[in-house]
Amino acid sequence: MDKKIGVYICHCGGNISDYVDVEKVKQSVENDEGIFLVKTTMFACGDANQKEMVDDITKNGLNGVVVASCSPKLHLITFRAVTERANLNKYNYVHANIREQASWAHSDDKSGATETAIRLVKAAIAKVRLAQPLFPFVIKSKKAVAVIGGGVAGLRAAIELSDMGCPVTLIEREHFIGGRVSQWNLLFTTSETGKELVTKLYNEVIDRENITLHTGSEVISSTGNIGAFKLKIKKIPRYIKQECHKGKLQEAIDACPVTVDDSFNFNITGRKAIYHNFPSEYPQEPVIDIKNCTRCGECEKICPSVDFSQKEEIIEIEVGSVLMATGFDSYTPSDGEFGYDQFENVVTLPQFKRIIELNDKKLIFKGKEIKNIAYIYCVGSRQIEGENKYCSRYCCTSAIFAAIHTKNKFENINNYHFTRGIRTYGKQEVLYAESLKKGDIYLQSYEDDPPVVTTVNDKTLVSINDILTSKSKMSVEADLVVLVTGMVPRADNSVAALFKLPKGRDKFFNEIHMKLRPVETVIDGVTICGACQGPKNIMESVNSALSAAAKSFSYVSKGVLELEPIIAKIDKDDCTWCGQCAEACPFDAIKMVKDEKKDIAAINNSVCKGCGMCLPVCPTDAIDLIAYSNREIESMIDALAG
Amino acid sequence: MKIKSARILVFSTEKISDPAIDMAGLLKLHYPPTVYTISIPCSSGVKSRWILHAFEKGFDGVFIAADGSDCPYGESCTEKTGKIIGRTHELMKAMNIEPARLRMAAICSVCSESFVKQMKSFNEYLLKNSNN
Repeated sequence: MDKKIGVYICHCGGNISDYVDVEKVKQSVENDEGIFLVKTTMFACGDANQKEMVDDITKNGLNGVVVASCSPKLHLITFRAVTERANLNKYNYVHANIREQASWAHSDDKSGATETAIRLVKAAIAKVRLAQPLFPFVIKSKKAVAVIGGGVAGLRAAIELSDMGCPVTLIEREHFIGGRVSQWNLLFTTSETGKELVTKLYNEVIDRENITLHTGSEVISSTGNIGAFKLKIKKIPRYIKQECHKGKLQEAIDACPVTVDDSFNFNITGRKAIYHNFPSEYPQEPVIDIKNCTRCGECEKICPSVDFSQKEEIIEIEVGSVLMATGFDSYTPSDGEFGYDQFENVVTLPQFKRIIELNDKKLIFKGKEIKNIAYIYCVGSRQIEGENKYCSRYCCTSAIFAAIHTKNKFENINNYHFTRGIRTYGKQEVLYAESLKKGDIYLQSYEDDPPVVTTVNDKTLVSINDILTSKSKMSVEADLVVLVTGMVPRADNSVAALFKLPKGRDKFFNEIHMKLRPVETVIDGVTICGACQGPKNIMESVNSALSAAAKSFSYVSKGVLELEPIIAKIDKDDCTWCGQCAEACPFDAIKMVKDEKKDIAAINNSVCKGCGMCLPVCPTDAIDLIAYSNREIESMIDALAG
Repeated sequence: MKIKSARILVFSTEKISDPAIDMAGLLKLHYPPTVYTISIPCSSGVKSRWILHAFEKGFDGVFIAADGSDCPYGESCTEKTGKIIGRTHELMKAMNIEPARLRMAAICSVCSESFVKQMKSFNEYLLKNSNN
């Protein structure tokens, strides 16, 4: 059947038409073979244009459509839906990316950008001329989601999925849930503590029968794809029986002779090899840190709940989708950065928060009472040199909140803030105002002239050329220097490597589009949320967790998924069965079959993933990939060559 | 007439290198406007005949923006894409086409700067060695 093609060229406001002469693009293609109509449109994705496209297709009987606009990552699905609404098979639509790959990439060369756009649109037209109706494969999708990370985002996502009727496996690497939030005391804006928040979420989780919680557990392998991810989980035992006697356990903890740095308190205190982070922590059974345990047997003598016979377990599960909520690490300053690890009274913000919580009436650190506190902002964030060029978003608010809390909890505290400009956005501005009312002093410098920490006669001085007072040199004698450190990606991201999750420039996980597809990744079926995606406060993390839960549920809710019908296709006449295609296929989707007089290759349609690895190895060129056939690719090359 | 920039055909992959090339545009990292991209699912699915067809049609260079170790289809991608390059180089030699006109590099989903650098250096090479 002859093609009757409609072409829509988008201005994208001015994102495209500021650099690409869209009228020239229109004129260049309107007389091409098969073209029935060519239109330019201010916003191709806008409702009005979508309706117009549906009308054009139905009234004129178009059987091929090209939209030249932004990246197909954003709107391929949008325009496929438009063609479906017009009863045209969606594979008769081809997208040309003339924004990211023409107007923006060549914004320095308008005529070049226009010529690129013309070639890209002609290539799309060449492809659509050969397009055939295709029908998606329907595969089963296991109605279950694995949530990786038991911090506030993971817990909230698990609860949301559970409430939607979806079985959830919640996997937490640590032996206790709650992540970073359990390390925080009071939270803005509710004045709830981090522990209370985590307790509330934990109670919700254990109340739900369709959530299975694995603590001390890591995903060690992943096979399969969207709809059927097969995960292997390694579960490290607690070495404590569940039916434990609390009093005896505390005695056992007291008797343990091993003391190691307590990472829960950011190493400012120690803990035993048998431990819990705080008494009411969930799950409430303590854990034996087997790496540091000397197996002296002291705890076993006291407490019958200690059980060294417990073994590592490997648990295998199958889920339709994976939701990543693996959180963040706090930036650790390098040695000597603002006196860190050089002067003993220089700590990071997370350490300071633990110090506030661990002290009662007086603020004591290293045996000295603290009165003057200097906060140095943007340490490890907004770096001119170094990897962390981004703003960590939460740290200004967090530092100011900690400073106010310190003043409220202890007497005679003086707070001095050495900032690069305060970013307490939204309601958090209230905190900044309160801090000013309480008499906190704010000093500011530019990034190229940061504060300097020195010691003179056992006194720690923080000096700054304050731009708020015409670069006057100011010095504060500080009892404690708090480095307001930001969020960095997890140092151990091995779980993400299993899923091949791409990272962004900031090395956090990358969503497809921060506005249009904010929790999806390029790996089908894997969603991301919380601070593993980038710095976020609790509210922002929870919002993204709810969004990711909804998205993951959409992959599994129907029990079936439609997959692209892009698979390999064998030309029976040309195939002579050499077996090289079967060898090249990573999914074991090609088998030898008998066809009349000879052996030939056959594709298992439900197993083929459409990668095309079998194509180039075929000595008789008997394999094509649907929608990427020789004719389609070569006609595109012809169009691009001009 | 002096050619301003060489015509380069890029085989890019939908999930891995396409996002990097898109991000290069987003960041306005400029490269020659005569670089054209054809998206495919995986770099180890490029046929030699497509590459040779591009040369026959007048492209100065062909670049495979390979998935590398990020390939969602498996670890063997780099090796398989490398073999395609090797086989095609042999075919190019037989056709008196300079093998250096076909290049491959792993372009991850955030390797925008690397992609632009590759395009600029390939363009320079092709212009320098152009017979035109």
